[in-house]
Amino acid sequence: MPHHKEPIPGTVMFDGTQAMKGYALNKMCYSFNNKENREEFLADEEAYMDKYGLNDQQKQAVRDKVVLDLIAAGGNIYYLAKFAGIYGLNVQDVGAQQTGMSVEEFKEKLRRAGE
Amino acid sequence: MARIVGGLTTSHIPAIGNAIARKMFEDPYWKPFFDGYPPVRDWLDEVKPDVAVVIYNDHGLNFFLDKQPTFAIGAAPEYKNADEGWGIPTIAPFKGDPAFSWHLIDNLVHDDFDLVTCQEMLVDHGFAVPMQLFWPNYADIGIKTVPLVINTVQHPLPSPRRCYNLGKSLGKAIESYPEDLKVVILGTGGLSHQLDGQRAGFINKAFDQMCMEKIVDDPEHFLDMSIRDLVLEAGAQGAEFILWLAMRGALTGKVTTRHSNYHIPISNTASGLLCLENAA
Repeated sequence: MPHHKEPIPGTVMFDGTQAMKGYALNKMCYSFNNKENREEFLADEEAYMDKYGLNDQQKQAVRDKVVLDLIAAGGNIYYLAKFAGIYGLNVQDVGAQQTGMSVEEFKEKLRRAGE
Repeated sequence: MARIVGGLTTSHIPAIGNAIARKMFEDPYWKPFFDGYPPVRDWLDEVKPDVAVVIYNDHGLNFFLDKQPTFAIGAAPEYKNADEGWGIPTIAPFKGDPAFSWHLIDNLVHDDFDLVTCQEMLVDHGFAVPMQLFWPNYADIGIKTVPLVINTVQHPLPSPRRCYNLGKSLGKAIESYPEDLKVVILGTGGLSHQLDGQRAGFINKAFDQMCMEKIVDDPEHFLDMSIRDLVLEAGAQGAEFILWLAMRGALTGKVTTRHSNYHIPISNTASGLLCLENAA
């Protein structure tokens, strides 16, 4: 097999397994390209998740807004970014949450990488 | 005959699009990044390319996981930008060149690269940000574009070698076009960054600097790397370096570096800018 090698710590390769697992969740997030869909979701999150057929794990991760749980439920970061955008969160906010840092600490870590 | 005048690389992060929309060129956080671009614009003013082939990855605007092409190419008269979900204002459409696109398609498929051909195509920040950085007045000057999408969203991604070879085939195809067009190739994305997982925020300055150096004179250095090797060295989204390799493969002549800039961080990313001139 070409790509089945040792996992890289802290990294989920979004492959066919993940793509199948996360399909409904990612499809819902993809719908957020459209403003009316974002508004419909915010008006009734539960009904919107049912409409897209999310499973219980995916629904709970969406309710909690925990990015690592969303990834564990098959979410792909490019689509999850659209979900985070609804709440005005950028990739630094998302990075901070996943690494257990404050946003300021996370920004400082990035800045230090340039030294 | 068409001629490739050079290749450009740049990061294409959405936050850059947002900063452009808000005109944050003098903001202390953004200034070291934006200051890299005027020398490249000067070069473009000198060379005046007619067409830009923009190699990028779609981030879930034009394509979803229902159909995820490894390679896709635009063949439309116009490419519209659209809402990606986070409120960056939509910008003016980009001009296409369908006849030139179909020439590229004919030649690339002849060389065994199976492309999805798109007579309608929305272009996201991966395409729009580089175009705005290099041609802030793109809508006035009417530069034509060909979007070339390489999948970096869903594994398996095409290998560095395959992307470099795609670039070689692209270069040959461009040079066989009978019209006198000047063509510039954009390789976008990168450098090291990771957005997802506990490893989010991973940046590898030493690897990036090596990439910026070796891609000029020794691009074959990267051809035996696997995608996993790239992710390990450059982060999950640093795999976008395959877009740079496709650009480099297309440069057919002697390559000279006209300008470069490297800056950490922009958003979560180490950003790399290169202007490579392709001597005839």
